[in-house]
Amino acid sequence: MEVRWDILLIILGAALVTFVPRVLPLMLLSRIALPEWGVRWLNHVPIAVMAALIGQEIFLRDGKWSPFTSNIELLAALPSFLVAIKTRSLLGTVIVGIVTVMALRFWFI
Amino acid sequence: MSQEHIPMETLAATRGDDTFLKGVKDCIPTLLGYLSIGFAAGVVEKTAGLSIAEIALLSLVLYAGSAQFIAAGMIAAGGSASAIIITIFFINLRHILLSAALSPFFRHLPPFRNMLIGSLLTDETFGVAINETARRKQISERWMHGLNITAYLNWFVANLAGAYFGQWIANPEKYGLDFALPAMFIGLLVLSMISRNRFVRDGVVALSAVILTVAISLVFGSNLGVIAATLIAATIGMVLERWK
Repeated sequence: MEVRWDILLIILGAALVTFVPRVLPLMLLSRIALPEWGVRWLNHVPIAVMAALIGQEIFLRDGKWSPFTSNIELLAALPSFLVAIKTRSLLGTVIVGIVTVMALRFWFI
Repeated sequence: MSQEHIPMETLAATRGDDTFLKGVKDCIPTLLGYLSIGFAAGVVEKTAGLSIAEIALLSLVLYAGSAQFIAAGMIAAGGSASAIIITIFFINLRHILLSAALSPFFRHLPPFRNMLIGSLLTDETFGVAINETARRKQISERWMHGLNITAYLNWFVANLAGAYFGQWIANPEKYGLDFALPAMFIGLLVLSMISRNRFVRDGVVALSAVILTVAISLVFGSNLGVIAATLIAATIGMVLERWK
């Protein structure tokens, strides 16, 4: 049950740089009114950020292009998308994704 | 978002919808999904050499899924503290956009109470909250706390469970556990696109974000990819809307 000093430093530092972007816009923008175009721009952020994260996870490996011939994540993304669209269940999507990756790694690697 | 402009019948109809307990309830559909991701994160953190106490601290103080996966990976690879913190800063910079997108609904609150709402903001609670605003135009502070605190406790329990079972799992990738996070993002993206019901516009934004992330990451490094792609893709969405 020990916490090492260097790990504690990493955790606190990471927590601080995460906390500030989380709270600052809510705190400041409650003082200032956003212009109408700003509100409409923000409306597109959720879709953009989710898609960007998916793109990073699926097409890149350690910051480099992940070749199609060995891209298990891309193969597993297809049934995950289908299950999400068909069932609208987050749990179902996650389980199908995990099981597909597990099966593909079992057979191909 | 002052309440005095809302007709009385609307207020009466939504009164039961903005309690703390309703927030807890609205969090439930995401609990199992995040339980599995938190479990996977706990396993990955444990196999990266972190102690149970360190994992507990990480999930309570940092409380950010993708950042925790990345921290575990970099700690296992022997990354320096500054490199890890800077990487996590860039990964989590997207919260600026989520926090800003929620701000119109809490404009009536003083800064400190907005800070409390923002401190537990995640992709998941944001996704639930923004879907809720699409459904009934406004959300309350109590509802938001119910949602946030439920997700927070669920995440903590999931991390600890993963850390505990991680003792017996040598290679979490073999079981596909690292795919829990991208699968969750896929589910959240699909669910929000379905509830927004603007498939062409949102599809163009999503596709641009994917292409831009890959292109920018390959040219300028992956720290910048997600944030720059989000900024540009959201702008594309705004411009598309204007031209229609």
